[in-house]
Amino acid sequence: MALQAELRAPFASWRGLSENTGLLAALGIAALAVAPFVLYPVFMMKVLCFGLFAAAFNLLIGYVGLLSFGHACFFGGAAYITAYTVKHWGLEPLTGILLGVAFAAALGVVVGYLAIRRSGIYFSMITLALAQMFFFFCLQAPFTGGEDGIQAVPRGRLLGIIDLSHPLTMYYTVLAIFLFGIFAVWRIVNSPFGNILKAIRENENRAISLGYRVERYKLGAFVISAALAGLAGGTKSLVFQLATLTDVDWRMSGEVILMTLLGGIGTMVGPLVGAAFVSTLEHYLATSNFPVTVLIGAIFVVCVLLFRRGIVGEILHATRRR
Amino acid sequence: MSTVFGISTPALFGQLLIGLINGSFYAILSLGLAVIFGMLRVINFAHGAQYMLGAFVAWFLLQYTGIGFWPALIAAPLVVAAVSIVIERTMLARLYQLDHLYGLLLTFGLALVIEGMFRHWFGTSGQPYAPPAQLTGAVNLGFMVLPIYRGFVVVASLVLCIATWLLIEKTKFGAYLRAATENPVLVQSFGVNVPRLLTLTYALGAGLAAVAGVLAAPIYQVSPLMGQNIIIVVFAVVVVGGMGSILGAIVTGYGLGVLEGLTKVFYPQASSTVIFIVMAIVLLIRPAGLFGRE
Amino acid sequence: MTEPLLSIRGLQAWYGESHVLHGVDLEVRQGETVTLLGRNGAGKSTTLKSIMGVIRRRKGEIRLKGEDIGALSLHQVAYRGLGYVPEERGIFASLTVDENLTLPPTVAPGGFSTDEIYTLFPNLKERRSSQGTKLSGGEQQMLAIARILRTGASILLLDEPTEGLAPVIVQRIGEVIRTLKQRGMTVLLVEQNFRFARRVADRYYVMEDGRMIDAFTAAELPSRIDRLHETLGV
Repeated sequence: MALQAELRAPFASWRGLSENTGLLAALGIAALAVAPFVLYPVFMMKVLCFGLFAAAFNLLIGYVGLLSFGHACFFGGAAYITAYTVKHWGLEPLTGILLGVAFAAALGVVVGYLAIRRSGIYFSMITLALAQMFFFFCLQAPFTGGEDGIQAVPRGRLLGIIDLSHPLTMYYTVLAIFLFGIFAVWRIVNSPFGNILKAIRENENRAISLGYRVERYKLGAFVISAALAGLAGGTKSLVFQLATLTDVDWRMSGEVILMTLLGGIGTMVGPLVGAAFVSTLEHYLATSNFPVTVLIGAIFVVCVLLFRRGIVGEILHATRRR
Repeated sequence: MSTVFGISTPALFGQLLIGLINGSFYAILSLGLAVIFGMLRVINFAHGAQYMLGAFVAWFLLQYTGIGFWPALIAAPLVVAAVSIVIERTMLARLYQLDHLYGLLLTFGLALVIEGMFRHWFGTSGQPYAPPAQLTGAVNLGFMVLPIYRGFVVVASLVLCIATWLLIEKTKFGAYLRAATENPVLVQSFGVNVPRLLTLTYALGAGLAAVAGVLAAPIYQVSPLMGQNIIIVVFAVVVVGGMGSILGAIVTGYGLGVLEGLTKVFYPQASSTVIFIVMAIVLLIRPAGLFGRE
Repeated sequence: MTEPLLSIRGLQAWYGESHVLHGVDLEVRQGETVTLLGRNGAGKSTTLKSIMGVIRRRKGEIRLKGEDIGALSLHQVAYRGLGYVPEERGIFASLTVDENLTLPPTVAPGGFSTDEIYTLFPNLKERRSSQGTKLSGGEQQMLAIARILRTGASILLLDEPTEGLAPVIVQRIGEVIRTLKQRGMTVLLVEQNFRFARRVADRYYVMEDGRMIDAFTAAELPSRIDRLHETLGV
């Protein structure tokens, strides 16, 4: 009995899933492994990148309770850095991505330090305004290529060996990066650091009275979230071989919020589900005349009013009642 | 030609005027946001969309019915307020018991819907809207040439801001608003229909945005993007001023507008970001905002 | 026997998830001053809030002048003549004393005029333009009572008016309540300060753990006093 409990422990998430979590995770990974043979690899890679972006955002809102309205600056900023260094400095792709992550983390320190001085709605507005400031910077900076962005970014050879121009090789690289990111989130949530974050979210005053430097923990979570968003952005720039202003636009920040809300805030898998849903929607609407923004906005409204738990959240809620 | 700090005087005052005009709109819009936030504790992301709707109502009236600027100043806020009352009653009111972030997300979604629809119908280019005949032309003040309509906008916005301030600080309705902001349940126990008060407050804020839209139409043109372009700057203005006071919103709006204008003269590259830079500085020194009460 | 003005039967109430009132019965007749006694947490304030409708999750019967007011929304209850003065007083910081005083709308004719208020509470008159919260605790309590008197409410729900106040002010409040009694005002008073309640009450109810455990008149008080001391822990 005791051994079984120990084996089960590494797979349980704080949301208290059933004992089948480990099995479900393995099935999920297997599904993702065969996905490129069933669906377009580029589409799947897009879903994975945005799924990671949403997971990074979800870390902040779901586990710390902070709604960042400017996460695009980390995503897009890293995209620019990765694109530029790989294209113009000829760096190997993983190095380029890591530089993007580093940039996103550094930007996260700056934005986080300023934004965390306020909480709740003010925090959100500040992240939005600072991200917009970054947008204007990207608009004017010479190295970003302005309205055109950085195009024709070569995928290069991973670690100098593996040629990433082949879609399947690229896909499995992206999948590995995605799984790494999700694993990182999961480890953080289920760590002592994560427990303190949860305590802060439940009752901040109590945490302060217990002697925790709450601001530092929040900032730490913010920087990690920013870095993971940067990981997603840097990877994305190699997938699409493109980094543009769209990546740092406030609408991108809005999209990742929607993906997370729709998939399920505070769930491990929700962000990926939300990313898949929204990406599919955009894919089908791309050829039609229907305004995507209106549909995204409408889904937002419906979710906020009627569907706050999101897809995965509702499923969890339903299965827990049994 | 006289110069000030190496800039020609007409150019300097021209930019100051533009700054003052931008500031007028920042003031009216941050005022509307502050009024709504004070009572409903909701950041009305749809404020930019309501501003845009006001301009479009004016344009629509002129284009299809020949009704001009002056009636539009009354009609547009009424129409937008009516729409906003429906929004508040059917959607926003359900979220008051929840975390206030949901209100932000709802209004964000609504902004996307409204602006998306108008972008679909009208594209992204702006429709021109002529200022009313009585206000066309310009007046030569010696140190600069002042277009009459623009001067009118500055005066009108000041009047609007002062009128709103008077409404909130000096009327019975304003007393109800201020009291209900502090303790809505107690005010309700006195017999005041607080839910209706909330609806009216949202309508008032939306109406203010709509009037700003009508005023803006002859200057910025009527475009589906006009709300998006301005709303984030207004958020920054609101963070700088602090949400606590009406007066603070007004002063900060005009001040930052003028600052933006001056930056355009002396250091143009920073003009689109100077307000955000000020916001960052204020956050470091005085997180509650210049006039905030925390 | 005339129909009681206010009649409560089997009142239950929930505060969030907690079941705080377990079936309270009480009656208040026209012109009476009735006091709810009990220890901290007995449910006295909760009873007032439930009658008024500040607490919405309720079961049971609440009849005012024969009418069941349980289904009414909070702002409608005020117009039936119930005036509520909460424990925390609720003086608004963003309003002046005068604005605080005139804020509650008139719910019925027969209320005190502003002049009568300032005669009854002269120290409020001096401070009429001050910010509401700049007043002392006692003055704020006077203001909280005064503004309800202006509305024409015929039943006053007073929640611990003397809490935290100096004896001199407590005496003043006692005088105010006696003046109100002379004018025929009906008062439901919640008090922990038993000595104060003695001076104004016609009848008493005693509460414990969300239930009514005793009820007696002022005349019957001497025979209950020892048991009361035990219950109240004084």
